[in-house]
Amino acid sequence: MAKYIIKRILFGVATAFIVATLTFFIMNLVPGGPFLSEKAITPQAQAAMEAKYGMDKPLFQQYLTYMTDLLHGDLGESVKKRGYTINRIIAERFPVSARIGGLAILVAFCVGVPLGSIAAYTRGKVLDNIIIVFSTAGIAIPSFLSSTLMMYFLSTKWRILPSLGLSSPASYIMPVAALALYPSCYIARLMRSSMLDVIGQDYMRTARAKGVSTVSSIFKHALRNAILPVVTYMGPLMASLMTGSFIVEKIFTIPGLGHEFVGAITSRDYPLIMGTTIFLACFLIMMNVVVDIVYVFVDPRIKLK
Amino acid sequence: MNEEYLVDIQHERLSFFTPVGEVKALNDVTIRMKEGEVLGIVGESGSGKSVTAYSIMGLTADNGRIVGGTVTFNGHRIDKLSEKEMRAIRGKEVSIIFQDPMTSLNPVYTVGNQISEAIRLHTDKKGAEVTQRARELLTLVGINEPEKRLKQFPHELSGGMRQRIVIAMALACEPKLLIADEPTTALDVTIQAQILELMKDLQKTLGMGIIMITHDLGVVASMCDHIAVMYAGEIVEYGTADDIFYNPRHEYTKGLIRSIPKFHEAEYSKLIPIEGQPIDLLNPPAGCPFAPRCDSCMKICLREKPEPCEFEGVHYARCWLNDKESFMAAQKGGADNV
Repeated sequence: MAKYIIKRILFGVATAFIVATLTFFIMNLVPGGPFLSEKAITPQAQAAMEAKYGMDKPLFQQYLTYMTDLLHGDLGESVKKRGYTINRIIAERFPVSARIGGLAILVAFCVGVPLGSIAAYTRGKVLDNIIIVFSTAGIAIPSFLSSTLMMYFLSTKWRILPSLGLSSPASYIMPVAALALYPSCYIARLMRSSMLDVIGQDYMRTARAKGVSTVSSIFKHALRNAILPVVTYMGPLMASLMTGSFIVEKIFTIPGLGHEFVGAITSRDYPLIMGTTIFLACFLIMMNVVVDIVYVFVDPRIKLK
Repeated sequence: MNEEYLVDIQHERLSFFTPVGEVKALNDVTIRMKEGEVLGIVGESGSGKSVTAYSIMGLTADNGRIVGGTVTFNGHRIDKLSEKEMRAIRGKEVSIIFQDPMTSLNPVYTVGNQISEAIRLHTDKKGAEVTQRARELLTLVGINEPEKRLKQFPHELSGGMRQRIVIAMALACEPKLLIADEPTTALDVTIQAQILELMKDLQKTLGMGIIMITHDLGVVASMCDHIAVMYAGEIVEYGTADDIFYNPRHEYTKGLIRSIPKFHEAEYSKLIPIEGQPIDLLNPPAGCPFAPRCDSCMKICLREKPEPCEFEGVHYARCWLNDKESFMAAQKGGADNV
């Protein structure tokens, strides 16, 4: 397994390298630049600024410089936020996003798995139909709608929860709920179908024939088999939720990484775009490796080679 | 209720209630079986052989219900028991071996874990005692290196080995009855023979009753004391192996025996199949269910259901051809062969 992990990490490094290269050139291909939007700027001033960030040099040389710095772990300095290194921005913003995203994943898992299992066990009955309707609706509702609705009712109208920031534990509730809505419903649907499949398996009948009760057959025999598709989904889910959602962070004014990422693109902050993209790619690769490892513990048939 | 029988099924009717209607899977099934006896149930797919056996364990699907008759096993009225009471019997007094050993073990737990579960559920054994018993069981079913096997996962074992494990699991509490639902169908021929041999040996050493469900007449001929031939949810003929093979009295049984490939005959001789399709259990006909496919079908066969006609010993068949009086009456009434 150690061999497999090392192999996966090497592949991951290669992938990250490709991502960095593509992002770098595509970003520079797009017309415009970090200093074009600024008002009343003299050509001299612009040239001076470009020279400061090394943007006056040929593109390929810029690329080499960037990659060399990257290999040293240096993601450069923000163009728009003076005095901020990209490493510092990520170090400050990522924990905020990761905390909210992590909580949302926890909620999604704890809501989705039981709901999906219950739906499978009550297939065709009223409860199953209710769960299907709500989970379909939950998948269809975009987070900006659920966020604004929650904010309107819970903060503005009934004044139960704070509407912005992350000052108190209560202020986590709405953003976490908004982030968890879609994955909860998705996991519920995933769980329902894989549970239905497992319920029909011969080994479930064997368990029943042994005299195992329904409850213990669910917990011991069914869950562990049915959870595999959910584990697969958890990898990309962790990567996307923990690196921050732009919409939710924007609506609830949360200083997270998602906020920063989209901001970087609109303000053409080249080093920040590069830094956040590479970070996101690496995080996604890492989460997929983690999922692969978790897989081995859930299903003994899977061997990592 | 008769205490001397291990299994006493009287006029059982069982239906599956589906969206399209009531599927009458069992129509008036009567089976009696003494302790230590081996009963074979043969018939084609959908004839109700598995359903009959499963109903002894209360293992019918959710939409299946016993709608008439009684099922008594080892003194328990199965058709009256709650799920909880049923659980105490399952795996302890009656066990089952399913058809496909590849899928009947849970892939994510070790063999030892799954066998121990069966032991723990019905005995007070703990810790090392459980492992000890599991080891004994594996030795009993002819698995060498039991210590090593207990730690392995099902996917690391061959089909024959897995079926032995399934058998070991079924024997964990020394049940009085073992139901074997086509235990050899999914195995290749040499392994089939080994498994059947093992079951015969175990039956002798442990003295348990076996219900062998199969569509392989060869299997029943070699193992069973009594054979029930099922067709469309009915036992159309019942008797000893000799009765069924040398003196079949139902046209369906005769057809089954005709359709066994014979090696000593010329190479070009064709198999004789039973023509036609089984009846639709949603709308069973009024007469004999086999009548539409029967070469000797008479008018009365389409009109009225034959009652069991008894011969020497336990042998009986449900066929108008055996019922002389009714047959004569039908003749007088001007009915000829159709």
